[in-house]
Amino acid sequence: MSAKVLDALKAAHGDAIAFVETQHGDAIAWVKRDQLLAVATWLKTDPAMAFDAPVFATCIDRLDWKPQHVPPGPQVYPASAAWTDDGAHPRFEVVYQLRSSTHKHRLRLKCAVPEHDARSPSLAGLWPAFEWQERETFDMYGIKYDNHPDLRRIYLYEEFVGYPLRKDYPKEKRQPLVRRDDLPMNPIKSPTGGHR
Amino acid sequence: MGVELTTTRLEDAAKWAKQSAVERATNWGRKFSLFTYPFVTACCGMEFMSVAGPKYDIARFGAEFPRFSPRQSDLLMIVGTITEKQGPALKRVFDQMAEPKWVIAFGVCASTGGFYQNYHAMPGADQVIPVDVYIPGCPPRPEQVLDALIMLMDRIQAGRGHSQLRLKREQLITEAAQDEQG
Amino acid sequence: MAAPSTPPVGAPPPGDASSRSLKQLVLGRKDVQDLSDTEQELPPDLMTVNMGPSHPAMHGTVRIVLTVDGERIVAADVHPGYLHRCFEKESEYATFTQVFPYTDRLNYVSPMINNCGWAMAVEKLMGLTGHLPRRAEYIRVIVSEISRITDHLTCLGASAMELGAFAVFLFFLKAREWLYELLEKVSGARLTHSYVRIGGVSKDLPPNFHAELTLCLDQIVKVMVEGEGLLNNNKIFRDRMAGIGAMTKEDAIATGCVGPIARAAGVDYDVRKDYPYSVYPEVEFDVPVGTTGDCYDRYLVRIEELKQSIRILRQCLTQIPDGPIMVDDPRVTLPPKAATYNTIESMIRHFKHIVDGIKVPAGEAYAFVEGGNGELGFYVVADGTGRPYKAYVRSPSFVHLSTASKLIHGHLIADVVPIFGMINMIGGECDK
Repeated sequence: MSAKVLDALKAAHGDAIAFVETQHGDAIAWVKRDQLLAVATWLKTDPAMAFDAPVFATCIDRLDWKPQHVPPGPQVYPASAAWTDDGAHPRFEVVYQLRSSTHKHRLRLKCAVPEHDARSPSLAGLWPAFEWQERETFDMYGIKYDNHPDLRRIYLYEEFVGYPLRKDYPKEKRQPLVRRDDLPMNPIKSPTGGHR
Repeated sequence: MGVELTTTRLEDAAKWAKQSAVERATNWGRKFSLFTYPFVTACCGMEFMSVAGPKYDIARFGAEFPRFSPRQSDLLMIVGTITEKQGPALKRVFDQMAEPKWVIAFGVCASTGGFYQNYHAMPGADQVIPVDVYIPGCPPRPEQVLDALIMLMDRIQAGRGHSQLRLKREQLITEAAQDEQG
Repeated sequence: MAAPSTPPVGAPPPGDASSRSLKQLVLGRKDVQDLSDTEQELPPDLMTVNMGPSHPAMHGTVRIVLTVDGERIVAADVHPGYLHRCFEKESEYATFTQVFPYTDRLNYVSPMINNCGWAMAVEKLMGLTGHLPRRAEYIRVIVSEISRITDHLTCLGASAMELGAFAVFLFFLKAREWLYELLEKVSGARLTHSYVRIGGVSKDLPPNFHAELTLCLDQIVKVMVEGEGLLNNNKIFRDRMAGIGAMTKEDAIATGCVGPIARAAGVDYDVRKDYPYSVYPEVEFDVPVGTTGDCYDRYLVRIEELKQSIRILRQCLTQIPDGPIMVDDPRVTLPPKAATYNTIESMIRHFKHIVDGIKVPAGEAYAFVEGGNGELGFYVVADGTGRPYKAYVRSPSFVHLSTASKLIHGHLIADVVPIFGMINMIGGECDK
């Protein structure tokens, strides 16, 4: 089922697809960033594809990616490659998962986004569910979505500085809004020594 | 006047916060008619519902009907994790309550943050407001909650809640100033 | 020498703007001459009202900034995130087994289902899907369905209480207590169980479980009869729920709605039927699908699902086989205690499992289960160490909350309560 979807996708948009793979039964297609909107529109409107149900939208930060125990088979990121600054392996991957309620197949779209230009086209116009999920990805990773109707933070407050799910944001770095009068506003030192 | 911590130890309070018979009677009435404001955020809310439910009946202690306005309640139960985003709302709700008021931190997230030590979960609600009784547990069993309620009621009777001692101190200061003048 | 005459009542005020009459001050910008005496109109102005973040409804914490015209909502801005407890960031620092307590607290009214979902995602990465012992799969389905019953009882009880039906709340809570006691005997905790493990479950069922669960289910059926009798044909309940917050089928699919909300709108999607997992193919049950998608349909769908869960449980109790409760794979299981204390290899293996975590081969997988609110999915990226590289939760409550602002548009402020209650937005799951 996933192979048929990937074959049809490659047949229709061969130049826009950088790489396809199947991991544990999930179909994954790597799309070039500037063609993402066209491919997504085709996936929604084509009757054989009919991906009308959005599942999730998120992002992966490959800053600390040093994989071990990589199973054999073609990989986008070879086992020995960590994230480098040369552009060969961009830092972020924007991930979308789609589902078809009529044909019951699923697809994951991925789009590589470099750190210095952390933008991606917004798919909120096609699937309204992605409006909030793209806001969440912006809040957590800092990916700016072009043509998003309302791009602002959703989980965290406006005064928060930084993007916490990036690998270089320490887990316990708090930015308090209010404290009791006799307590300092400085973030609390964690019992583990503050290295996180 | 800012929100201050007072020492509520029995030895210290016994030295200066003596109660008259009228005060003892008032505190007796207060402890058996607590109006709770359940500031429910997370999973502990389920155990709060169980405590309010028919099996672990909190109505036996008089604290049965929640008042969802801080102006009408005197026991603020902080049930669940407090996050940094929620901090200003919590402080505002506490400030809006009339004295005397008591606070129970229900659950380990409200007491110390629990196992959520990260950039958004506040390490305990007492970062923002003074807490009278802490209930550990994730979530605490309803029997623990009732035990904490009895502990709080003993404190109310002895006049040793944070806000009661604060009022007492202010009262003593005004009396001393009046004695000086008159 | 003429005395200053007071102007007759109803005449326009004399002089400059500073000496306005009381009527003009009260009525605002409109001039007194423009109003006839028969009109009692006040100039309309939109008002901004804040609901939350401390709700009387025990749904967790959400803030809705409403713009109302009188009592009718013209715009709503929903602000989640007041319970954002950083599940994803905490997971990156915890081993795969240590993530189970965090998953408990996602949808805290049906914790076992979250546990099962996480276990399934990691098992998919390790290639263990379908290789679990049958007893373990049956136990997972049994505790998941019990959790689904507690989810629906809590949702319906709390929603009924917010509409004023306090007795129904108490009845459903009484039923929920029985299930909590049962789950406490199974896992050790009333609410946050952390019972499931990767490769099976952590403890076997207690000895008298069959009889106790059967007794519980019989009692719950009686409680449902009482609750339905009080609500289903209750004029007040139906007036407040029917026709409120309706959603079309196409909207439901496009906005990503799943679970009872989508099924009430007519979308026939249930993960247990469409993408079956575990032992669901071996049990018979129906999936209720509604028509209009309003709050009353969602209520009926949940009631019916509760009854179907009871049906599944009865079948599982007769079909459950004996056998091991963990897969026999040294990559995921702890060695038996006798070996741990007596052989050095087992002790080292035990130590490595606890400290380093289960080594999951590098890759990614998305596994999903039918949670109390719909498709609950875990998207896990592993890098070969014992800690996840990324653990994303596809939470149905978050997606459903995003539809809330459209659902409440045009309704009265009082209608927000049943709509919000029937969306069943669980704060822990929505804000992760």
